[in-house]
Amino acid sequence: MSAQAPSRTDLLLAIADDELVVGWRNSEWTGIAPFLEEDVAFSSIAQGEIGHARAFYELAATELGTTADALAFDRRPDEYRCAPLVELRFVPDWARTIARHYLYETADAIRIAGLKESEWDELAGLAAKVEREEVYHLMHAQMWADRLAASTDGRRRFDEAVTELWPYALGLLEGEERERLAETVGREPVDAVERGAHTDELVPLWDEMTMVRRSAPGAEW
Amino acid sequence: MVTEARVWEALAEVADPEIPVVSVVDLGVVRDVEVEDGHVRVAFTPTFLGCPALELMRERMADAVRGLGAEPRVDVVMDDSWSTDRITPAGHEKLREAGFAPPAPRGAGAPQLVQLQRGTFRCPYCASTDTRLENIFGPTPCRSIRYCASCRQPFEQFKTI
Repeated sequence: MSAQAPSRTDLLLAIADDELVVGWRNSEWTGIAPFLEEDVAFSSIAQGEIGHARAFYELAATELGTTADALAFDRRPDEYRCAPLVELRFVPDWARTIARHYLYETADAIRIAGLKESEWDELAGLAAKVEREEVYHLMHAQMWADRLAASTDGRRRFDEAVTELWPYALGLLEGEERERLAETVGREPVDAVERGAHTDELVPLWDEMTMVRRSAPGAEW
Repeated sequence: MVTEARVWEALAEVADPEIPVVSVVDLGVVRDVEVEDGHVRVAFTPTFLGCPALELMRERMADAVRGLGAEPRVDVVMDDSWSTDRITPAGHEKLREAGFAPPAPRGAGAPQLVQLQRGTFRCPYCASTDTRLENIFGPTPCRSIRYCASCRQPFEQFKTI
């Protein structure tokens, strides 16, 4: 934790970066998910998350005097504020994919509920809209957590993956919201993998994600 | 002379880019229209934030206003003032005719999986409620996939948000 409290645009960028990067990771299942329904589901969820990222970036951009695209694609990897949880690449491991999906969506629901109470009216309004859509992401994640838990092998692999990712999941949230996540997931709080340092997986992701934009600087899309 | 009524009429002709049977007015995404000295301000709420048709809808609404000889400003309102309950009765009917099951009313709380798994959703082709959820997600963010066991037809169900 830095000594200085993060500004409201820092908080907004952290959320927007989480949504963009998790959306990118979700989209990696497009075309190769275990079956067609999940191909459609993960593609649609990815589109939803990236849409939310855009809305959060737009709000930040009005404060910072820039554009959503510039915030999403023109920063250096070390300037991103996303949590390490969303950076990890899991394809083709379905158990870890579902474990992250479940932890991310559960934490995101807690975070969005908090943002709805923001004194910043635009952010509170946007959070209320995002929440309506995120209900379906969380529903999908819980459905899969239950489905994996219904078989012995599925439950073992899912539990192992949740245990591995639990310190990362806590790093999505701050303060009391971590305790709420622990209660919701039914686990004890541990030392979190905090935002700030990035995993080795961010640079290759960034490289791919920004490639088209970097190839034609200043182009209008 | 451009009036608010004429702007609403013009917007009622702007088709949704992905489901062209319904207009932006049927969808209830036009929140407000103001006319002042030949300048028209349209307040517009997106359906889903990830909707790829958002920009296109905005441009087409601006074009419709220009068609009346007025200068448009289309403001996007990012709050939760739009829900599927805003889709008009005429919009519901047009959706059904085109093979999309219109959204269920929102009710008090957020939608839950058990509700979607119930057989209360009506098939837009044969009107049977013997239908089941195939996929929460569909070809666009606003739709789910259901299957009608009565006429053996998969169909797209508008999500309630």
